[in-house]
Amino acid sequence: MAATITPEAVEKTVYGALPQFGVDESQISRDATFEELDVDSLDLAELSQIIEDEYGVQLKGDDVGKIKTVGDAIDLVVSRAG
Amino acid sequence: MGDLLVARPENATALVTGASKGIGAAIAQALAADGWLVAVNYRSDEEGAKATVEAIEQAGGRAAAVHGDVTNGSPDELFDRVEAELGPVLALVNNAGVTADGLAIQLDDEAWDKVIGTNLTAAFRMTRQAMRPMIRARYGRIVNVASVVGPRANAGQANYAAAKAGLIGMTKTVAAEVARRGVTVNAVAPGFIATDMTKDLPDAALQAIPARRVGAPEDVGAAVRFLASDDAGYVTGTTLFVDGGMSA
Repeated sequence: MAATITPEAVEKTVYGALPQFGVDESQISRDATFEELDVDSLDLAELSQIIEDEYGVQLKGDDVGKIKTVGDAIDLVVSRAG
Repeated sequence: MGDLLVARPENATALVTGASKGIGAAIAQALAADGWLVAVNYRSDEEGAKATVEAIEQAGGRAAAVHGDVTNGSPDELFDRVEAELGPVLALVNNAGVTADGLAIQLDDEAWDKVIGTNLTAAFRMTRQAMRPMIRARYGRIVNVASVVGPRANAGQANYAAAKAGLIGMTKTVAAEVARRGVTVNAVAPGFIATDMTKDLPDAALQAIPARRVGAPEDVGAAVRFLASDDAGYVTGTTLFVDGGMSA
């Protein structure tokens, strides 16, 4: 069963996932860019997979290419809800 | 990034497509002998798949026959069944292949599409699916069964050569994409191997093989066993020719 999508829940998921890619927790914020965090395209593909597994929201390569910041990623997932 | 695994997890499962007979069956047996749980995939030859499973079990291994047409339906459903029955798929061997030979000038669209669809497109779809759990696990082995045909010409097999050369190209790029997650992607390129597909080989063909003999399916199995092993963790994006020197 997919979890309910709320901005808070998605934020928690994304913040929780980023350290798996070597990101220092203290650097994570909505405004941080993935470039600054050294999160690369494969990391984003894996993050998309984590989100899909959790919320059933599929993010394609095109979607992922547009997001720049952690906040963009959260907003995109939330906007796909319902 | 989390630490990469250097050793295969305990219930790691290898899914071998088209494993009811020939090279696929030999690969399945070689992987089982190396400790993998093995999903013996088949499309129509249930009896052959069961015989492969039986041979593995008699040798002390564990395997299950898993039906599924790799050109049809959803790969995730196939992976789910394998995971439920054996364990997470951390090795995928794209072996299922077909031929539909004819000189290019006479090769119709159907023969082209069939061979590209099974030998290349299906292998890509399976690979795409397999990488998901592998990159999460920080461990994975993908081996594509290519052919000397592709790197070399073989009149009458433009479709097969295109598919197999395509597999080698796909192998290299996918390998580069996922290497940092501990997932290796390699190809084996068999030459003439004694199977149903080569039983009518003319003598002239034998003369083109430096070893002057055809290979056995077990020769290919051994190569795949190595590429899927922990020992091959730093080997990725390569093609291992198993061809008695044909491509030398």
